[in-house]
Amino acid sequence: MSKFKKKKGGEIPAVNTASLPDIVFMLLFFFMVATVMRQNTLMIENNLPFADQVEKLDKKDLVMYIYAGKPSENYKQFGNETRIQLNDKFAEVREIAAFIAAERASKREELIPFLTTALKVDSNANMGLIGDIKQELRKVNALKINYTTKKGSVLGN
Amino acid sequence: MAKRAAPEVNAGSMADIAFLLLIFFLVTTTIETDSGLNRKLPPIEETEPPVIKQKNIFTVLLNGQDQLLVEDEIMEIKDLRAAAIAFLDNGGDKSCSFCTGKKDPESSDNPAKAIISLKNERETKYKAYIAVQNELVAAYNELRNKRAQALYGTSFAEMEANFKDVNWPGSKDALKKKIEQIKLDYPQKLSEVQ
Repeated sequence: MSKFKKKKGGEIPAVNTASLPDIVFMLLFFFMVATVMRQNTLMIENNLPFADQVEKLDKKDLVMYIYAGKPSENYKQFGNETRIQLNDKFAEVREIAAFIAAERASKREELIPFLTTALKVDSNANMGLIGDIKQELRKVNALKINYTTKKGSVLGN
Repeated sequence: MAKRAAPEVNAGSMADIAFLLLIFFLVTTTIETDSGLNRKLPPIEETEPPVIKQKNIFTVLLNGQDQLLVEDEIMEIKDLRAAAIAFLDNGGDKSCSFCTGKKDPESSDNPAKAIISLKNERETKYKAYIAVQNELVAAYNELRNKRAQALYGTSFAEMEANFKDVNWPGSKDALKKKIEQIKLDYPQKLSEVQ
């Protein structure tokens, strides 16, 4: 019987944590690779709507972003109405033309026809503002647009 | 002189450093959405629009309360896709050999002439508008997929994916011709009323 007796008192051996750094590094590398640093700090609520017929926007450097939505919690002094955000500040509809011109000037000339304007608009925004933005874009001949959406069923909207 | 072993570096705090970095990246990560519905705006033209027969226009109206009126009838968003397909694929003048619709003379002549007209009000919510846009694009995509399946035995979405894929081994020129052919059969004529 003594064969089956435990050698020492029944103490549980300590868990070996030597591989903990490896696991953490693995996670770290995943997040480092997956991270996209935001270009703009959003000052608006930007809860995108859902759609399922989406196409991917490739060539990130050929995209101009126009954001729209209600000012978020920290910017309540700008009111409750839906506002446009260009780069890092609030803008009026008439400033879009200048914004597009500036974006175009910063790109190489041969790439200008391939520029796409991505509209990142909050799902609760009114279409009136979007109509104004589109009209403004037509005026400056920036006709390729993309309504950025999350992937999902439209019935979830 | 005796050979002295270099003292081992204590790696006990390695995990702490890695955790610190990990937490930083966890906090700063925002998985950005970079997909959406691609559309093309019409250029501003001074010319008079051509006269179009009423039966070739499929009117979709979205009011300020996000209610949908399709061809003067109230409709739910889930029925819109089927209604749009039925309209586009009708083939009323029998010139379209591949249409599988009802050939109703009261509805559209052929897919090349059929136009979907979308009108919304200023108070319409963006999400309702996107839902309608999505359903209409879905209607076109479904018809194109069906046509591609019949002509080339593959779906239109797959053809477009292959066309964009740089590693695709086949002939891009031939594929482009096929894509153009299907776009010709079912042109996306979606006009928005200002």
